[in-house]
Amino acid sequence: MTFFFEVLIGGLLSGVLYALVALGFVLIFKASGVFNFAQGAMVFFAALTFVGFTEVLPGWTGLAPGSGAVFWLAFALALSSMIVLGIATEKVVLRPLVNQPPITLFMATIGLTFFVEGVAQGIWGTSVRGLDLGIDDEPVMFLMDNFNMLVSKFDVIAAAIALVLFVTLAILFQYTKVGRALRAVADDHQAALSVGIPLKHIWAIVWGVAGFVALIAGLIWGARNGVQFALTFTALKALPVLILGGFTSVPGAIIGGLIIGASEKLAEVYLGPYVGGGIEGWFPYILAMLFLLVRPEGLFGEKHIDRV
Amino acid sequence: MLYREAGQFKASYMQDQQIFPIRQDQIGFWAMIAFFFLVVPVIANQYWLQAILIPVLIFSLAALGLNILTGYCGQLSLGSAAFMAVGAFATYNFMLRVDGIPFIAALLLGGLCAAAVGILFGLPSLRIKGFYLAVATLAAQFFIVWVLVKFGWFSNYSTSGVITAQAVTIFGYTFTTPESKYLLTLSIVVVLALLAKNMVRSSTGRKWMAVRDMDVAAEVIGIRLMHTKLQAFAISSFYCGVAGALYAYMYLGTVEPEGFNLDLSFRILFMIIIGGVASILGSFIGAAFIVLLPVFLNIMMHSAIGAFVPANVAANLELIIFGALIIFFLIVEPHGLARLWQLTKEKLRIWPFPH
Repeated sequence: MTFFFEVLIGGLLSGVLYALVALGFVLIFKASGVFNFAQGAMVFFAALTFVGFTEVLPGWTGLAPGSGAVFWLAFALALSSMIVLGIATEKVVLRPLVNQPPITLFMATIGLTFFVEGVAQGIWGTSVRGLDLGIDDEPVMFLMDNFNMLVSKFDVIAAAIALVLFVTLAILFQYTKVGRALRAVADDHQAALSVGIPLKHIWAIVWGVAGFVALIAGLIWGARNGVQFALTFTALKALPVLILGGFTSVPGAIIGGLIIGASEKLAEVYLGPYVGGGIEGWFPYILAMLFLLVRPEGLFGEKHIDRV
Repeated sequence: MLYREAGQFKASYMQDQQIFPIRQDQIGFWAMIAFFFLVVPVIANQYWLQAILIPVLIFSLAALGLNILTGYCGQLSLGSAAFMAVGAFATYNFMLRVDGIPFIAALLLGGLCAAAVGILFGLPSLRIKGFYLAVATLAAQFFIVWVLVKFGWFSNYSTSGVITAQAVTIFGYTFTTPESKYLLTLSIVVVLALLAKNMVRSSTGRKWMAVRDMDVAAEVIGIRLMHTKLQAFAISSFYCGVAGALYAYMYLGTVEPEGFNLDLSFRILFMIIIGGVASILGSFIGAAFIVLLPVFLNIMMHSAIGAFVPANVAANLELIIFGALIIFFLIVEPHGLARLWQLTKEKLRIWPFPH
């Protein structure tokens, strides 16, 4: 039983990280109705930019490598690159495609994915890099001693960071003026525009926030698995999370993430051995597909009514 | 002046319904066919046949398959490479396990297997659409490749699922030279493309387009949604499956399941976006464009920089240019290169007058 809980907790913690990536999708989808397939590439771009800056900054500024100043400076630079990327995407790619069918926008973001991946690797190179956030990947002693369970400290802290981010965003959405404007835009673009909400600013803010979320996700994933191209595949796992949770719901992204994370780990451990292992790669997709057959709008998504 | 239909009268329904109603188009079509069947095998060298023309034809077929599903029926699929894999591996197994089976029979059976798998993964399309369906087709992509890697039976227990295509023999003739392979591929692709062209301009294709434009409205006017969508999935997967088998047998010779990855699916999707969504001609133009682009870029880089360009720089540049082109086409010409050709023809018909 201890082992079951160990797997379950490990799964839930990695689920939080899936949810973090999914959150970026939800933010943009809610505000602009664009399904941003490039979110995964943005996560990769963010992590690679951060690592790249930590490598080159000591040479440029004379700061000691690995010092706090380098970390925060690199963080600030990576964040500003993400915001610039987000705003540029909004202006160059999505503005000219306004009023096109959603599927066209979706394909444009697939193009964006390739572009961003190419640019990221073109600037920083293709080698796999380590990313050290200063959090040790060791078992939590308290759980080890009392329950004899192996739970990584890194995962717990990463999940905590993610939760702080979720709560902050929830507060931002619920109680600030910008948040109200965001929700208004999400509900109805034209109505929001007609009551004087500056649509362009709101979209720029949303893409900026999505860039910020991508950076956090990139840092945590990068520290866990190394900053490499495979990061973009990890980000693809956010898609089944979205399907489970519904495209428009922030709580849905979190709960979907937890379900996907836990079920894929449990499936790998308990079903994997019967079929030769490696089912983690597709299990979330099949789960999401089967789930869709029962509930096409996801757990918390808005019910879609078709009219002729 | 030359391209004008004035004076060409249609006296029967058959004349009115032919694929190319304008005589100049007909002449152009037959000239193209003659050129590709008779002239190209003579003038093209091994490199052109093996590395460019054969893959262009094969990818055209795959793009045609995806175009039927995504372009005509409006069901976005990100799993076309997986259906290609099904076709390739099914054909391999038919060739391996059925004694004396003709290649064409194995090829068609492989396509039918792909169609069956396509129907299976098309089932969710009855309940879900748009992005949701795209994610469901990702399930097909990852699941099928995993099955082919994990279960050795499909690849006759070779290491990591690699299969080596058997020699292809038809009526005692073995296809070994690039010229013969090219001609065989070309014949299959031409037959299937004509079939597809006729499908999309008959009631079948019109039903697909009705479903694409608005499925509820289509259902109201009496189109059976389930039947139509699954039909599109089956036919699309059949085309992809045959393309996959040709990819293994006529082009690479040795393939592994991992070769049919998500990247290949995206490549095929890009072909139809750049070539033209919902256009048979567009599938061919798009495939040629995507296959030729890296070759062209390579030559450009060599002549621009002169020295040897590192492979990873070239690969990244390719990614950037692919991505930028996709966005460019979607913004400037959402109907792709095929639409440009159509516009040219319309201009030609009234040339030299502006209206």
